[in-house]
Amino acid sequence: MKQRWAAASSSTSLKATSHAVADTVSCRKAKNRLPGLAVPKSTTPTIKPPLTFPGQLAQSTVRGYATQKQATAYIHGKRLYDVEKVRHDFPILNRLINGKPLTYLDSAATTQKPRLVIDELTRFYNEYNANVHRGVYKISEEATAAYEEARAKIARLINANSPSEIVFVRGTTEAINLVAQSWGRTNVGLGEGILLTEMEHHSNIVPWQLLAKQKGAHLKYVGLTDDGHLVHEDFRRHLESGGIKLVTMTHVSNVLGTINPVREYVREAHKQSCRVLVDAAQSVPHMPVDVQDMDCDFLAFSGHKMCGPTGIGVLYAKKTILEEMPPYHGGGEMIREVHLYESTWRDPPYRFEAGTTNIAGAIGLGKAVDYLSELGLRNIQAHDQELTEYTHGTLGKVKGIRIYGPENPRTKAGVISFNLGDVHAHDMASLLDEDGIAVRSGHHCAQPLMERLGVSSTTRASVYVYNTEAEIDRLVESVERAGRVFKV
Amino acid sequence: MSSIYSEIILDYYRYPRNKGDLPHAQIHARDTNPLCGDIVEMQLELDEKKTVRDVKFNGQGCAISQASASMLTELVKGKTVDDVRKISKEDVLSLIGGQLTAVRLKCALLSLKVLKTGVYNYIGSTDSTKDELSSL
Repeated sequence: MKQRWAAASSSTSLKATSHAVADTVSCRKAKNRLPGLAVPKSTTPTIKPPLTFPGQLAQSTVRGYATQKQATAYIHGKRLYDVEKVRHDFPILNRLINGKPLTYLDSAATTQKPRLVIDELTRFYNEYNANVHRGVYKISEEATAAYEEARAKIARLINANSPSEIVFVRGTTEAINLVAQSWGRTNVGLGEGILLTEMEHHSNIVPWQLLAKQKGAHLKYVGLTDDGHLVHEDFRRHLESGGIKLVTMTHVSNVLGTINPVREYVREAHKQSCRVLVDAAQSVPHMPVDVQDMDCDFLAFSGHKMCGPTGIGVLYAKKTILEEMPPYHGGGEMIREVHLYESTWRDPPYRFEAGTTNIAGAIGLGKAVDYLSELGLRNIQAHDQELTEYTHGTLGKVKGIRIYGPENPRTKAGVISFNLGDVHAHDMASLLDEDGIAVRSGHHCAQPLMERLGVSSTTRASVYVYNTEAEIDRLVESVERAGRVFKV
Repeated sequence: MSSIYSEIILDYYRYPRNKGDLPHAQIHARDTNPLCGDIVEMQLELDEKKTVRDVKFNGQGCAISQASASMLTELVKGKTVDDVRKISKEDVLSLIGGQLTAVRLKCALLSLKVLKTGVYNYIGSTDSTKDELSSL
């Protein structure tokens, strides 16, 4: 595995403490660096348990990290992950809803924000707000350094080969549209195919429908098993039928929580010379993701689902591919030279960042990456998995409940979709809201998947770093109350 | 505690009145709530005096959307088209009772929107009726 900036990950510590300390370091240092050149030292100790894990998932794509809670949540008998401490970092969790504590179980839609992210946004606007890359004055240099440092942090988080492979976009949706309209329009032609799966979010379906219409290409779908896994045979059959230029698939289903074996799929797709895009909106926030190991060509994710601000997201693409791609939006900042009738483009990633980007958002996302790295992605994954298992165990016992997707919670990532008797998901969500519980209800922007499941909507509880077993108990109690109201 | 989920709402949800089809309906409209996927269809059969002789709804969705559609059918039966036109948001909300959040208000008012769409298609729509429909 290549690691170009080995120095950045050299600070290894077993202490997962003092989340708030690291955040102040990077920006202060940033003031003394030249824009664009900053390759900051890691402020985020990576925790590597010196253990092997016999029970890991056969189809885990997450660098083979453990999914056994004992192994990751404790080291030498010391608990590394202290959820009560984590909760103190999120001011919103103090809110009361209908006189009851907010129980936030909708993190698959958007996560709450830790104080250090909120504070950094304020600090940016109060102390060094300026446009990036152009100003020759002090605060513009500071803003540029912080912006580029955020890019480098993200590159390290997903082990990209270089920060220049990280393009800032508005979110996963824009990242996928960028690939469709830039790479897709250049590389997908008449009669050629794009292979999707039936569990995609609308944001990984509609951009390809638009492209298919523009280019006369066609879409093909990998089907699902009844318990929400991809049908591997389908995938193989479509690939071998030829003409597929791109495979685009989600890493983790936003409805079922299924973790797809993307690494294996990427390998097979590459054998047929197909490019692969991975929608990592639900995986990067929840587990270690290594793009070099996965070997995907494109990876898309959103900042707001990983403790960062809304309106900022990331497209990762291999450098060689990005260099060949034409611009997506035209405008300032992405050009080398502009003449009256033609222009030339800057190198990636700037070629794809036309206009003034979401500077504060990118810096805030950088802080979020600090925060998550400090907690440790493996710890987060173990914590989410423990809660998912706990939810399956408790909610699963409620009379009339049906949980969708994989039966084994260990093959899922923090998402639990369910229905109770004939209670419509919206009624369930309204009843839960009366108890201060925030869940999502509806089709979760995945109508083809709902059709496959044969339901019009589900209620979805999704967990993250700050959720506790006590909150799941509250959910279960409230679901039972809904059952009594509706006489299920 | 269960503010909007009264026995009455649940009764209409479980045992909907006037659910089904009217093959000879003069007024027919259908709409969905894209946020929730609720579907409501309204069919009205008129007599020669343009009075609602029979009415049926069809659809699927949450208790609020389906119960309100069913209640609305009972309200319009025997009314003239002109009176049906005058039914207001408040009329529907008072049938349902309880406090609704902004999102759930859309569920509650979907059937009224469908009903009015059908009526305006029948009697002819104007700019003000279009505004009214888009405010529902």
